[in-house]
Amino acid sequence: MKVSGNAIKFGANVDTDVILPGKYLVLIDPKELAKHAMEGLDPAFPEKAKKGVIVVGGKNFGCGSSREQAPLALKYSGVQCVLAGSFARIFFRNAINIGLPVIECKGISAAVDNGDDLTVDFEAGTIQNLSKRQSLQVAKLPPFILEILSDGGLIENLRRRLNKE
Amino acid sequence: MNITEKILTKASGKNKVHPGEIVDANVDMVMIHDLTGPLAVEAFKKIGIKNVWDNKKVIVILDHQVPAESVKAAELHKIMRNFAKGQQLRLYDVGKGGICHQVMPEKGHVLPGTVIVGADSHTCTYGAFGAFATGIGSTEAAAVFATGKIWLKVPEAIKVNVEGNFHKYVTPKDLVLSIIGKLGAGGAIYKSAEFTGPAIRAMSMAGRMTLCNMTVEMGAKNGIVEPDEITRKFLEGRTTEALVPFESLKSDADASYEKVIDIDVTDLEPQIAYPSSVDNVKPASKIGNVQVEQAFIGSCTNGRIEDLRLAAQILKGKMVKDGVRTLVIPASQEVYMQALREGLIENFTDAGALVCGSTCGPCLGGHIGLLASGETCVSTSNRNFIGRMGSTEASVYLASPATVAASAITGRITDPRELEVSKA
Repeated sequence: MKVSGNAIKFGANVDTDVILPGKYLVLIDPKELAKHAMEGLDPAFPEKAKKGVIVVGGKNFGCGSSREQAPLALKYSGVQCVLAGSFARIFFRNAINIGLPVIECKGISAAVDNGDDLTVDFEAGTIQNLSKRQSLQVAKLPPFILEILSDGGLIENLRRRLNKE
Repeated sequence: MNITEKILTKASGKNKVHPGEIVDANVDMVMIHDLTGPLAVEAFKKIGIKNVWDNKKVIVILDHQVPAESVKAAELHKIMRNFAKGQQLRLYDVGKGGICHQVMPEKGHVLPGTVIVGADSHTCTYGAFGAFATGIGSTEAAAVFATGKIWLKVPEAIKVNVEGNFHKYVTPKDLVLSIIGKLGAGGAIYKSAEFTGPAIRAMSMAGRMTLCNMTVEMGAKNGIVEPDEITRKFLEGRTTEALVPFESLKSDADASYEKVIDIDVTDLEPQIAYPSSVDNVKPASKIGNVQVEQAFIGSCTNGRIEDLRLAAQILKGKMVKDGVRTLVIPASQEVYMQALREGLIENFTDAGALVCGSTCGPCLGGHIGLLASGETCVSTSNRNFIGRMGSTEASVYLASPATVAASAITGRITDPRELEVSKA
């Protein structure tokens, strides 16, 4: 599993209220949610993300509420993957569960500039920064998480596993 | 082992667990509410299983957008009511419950030693009762509906040992804000925060709930307090379930902790979390002149009867300053009724504060009391992020019920101890 795209960088402690403000939680359609992705920090984000981007954050990305609408909004706006120094745990699980890959990578903020061309290989645990001709090695995701991602999310994974039994 | 490890050991059918180990735990209770529930219901339908694994263990609470403030919210509520009816689940509808984290313990759904997950980040509140409780997302809740299980990484633990006596206008909220200020918004990420020591043993369930509630604001997986007689007294009459012996829910003397923090609250001052981060904490005495347009007393953090009593004690016989909209929202119908019996609702109303029906309301900017650009709110709630309570150009300061009540009177963020001095 690999994804490629240009980096859009954010700082530390990006919270779920700026990723998807509470007033939009009454929306159910992920495409509607996507129109408000990152509205608290950059209202132009959905336009920028359309072409398929990789979000790069500092530590504690996705802190705050348990709203799954936050990673959903990112995924449907065009975000292919989120790389961050660390993640708030509920956001991390939510992203995996809806099939949005997330990788913890210490020092990622320093290694990437806005717009850098990145390729992430999940099985190999590598992040290639093509703009800087650098490669970063990260801890591989556990096999059961990779399996959830390759199935497209927890529900699809569960369906497959339950059908097997 | 510490108490969190003991609970996860039992829940996963093992003899021992270690921090970092991933376990498959049996879930004793799962909760969804009106903003996270609809996605969980949708996801559950996609799994293709007809019934939830145990309909006595799934609780549905309508609390965020209640009563429905829009047609969209009404549609979400309809989804929840239909799901609860179809699956024969316990539903706490408008007028029958209140904020989920108050209702769950009040109605006896939170028991010491159990594993509870909820599709809300403040599910960690239930750790106050010696339960392992943590927030999850909607899809994960759907998976729990289907299987009754969840994978969990056993967290490393931080022990917070608290001694001393609180000043009468200094509260557990001030304590937890000062801890978050020291450790940082990501300071306990993936970890367990265990509160112990004489000041915790002397603390009411309300205070313990406030502490555990806010542990997610420093990234913790769970907050927890060993259960004791105060816990037992709270649970009396609320559950018919047999309680596990509390001796089995004490951390061993040789339990391991990643870090131990010692705090004496005797000289602790009222604390304020400045915008727009919960760890941006400074003492109230140093704040200078910060005018407010709104004061909010409520939420799953500070909407309990003890909080309302403290606020009413300060507001009684006074008037909130013109230009400060003061909202008081009891955390549940039970709290509302108790406040009514004690005359607190009258105290608030006489003081010019508006008492609203139980809801999460302004805390998450859902409805009731949103902020316009350029406005400032001092709030007993738990988050002050950009746009949290309305406009992205509004400011939210977090504080205790005593500080918010004092600020409502003066019209600027005020150390409640100031009012004592002026009385003397």
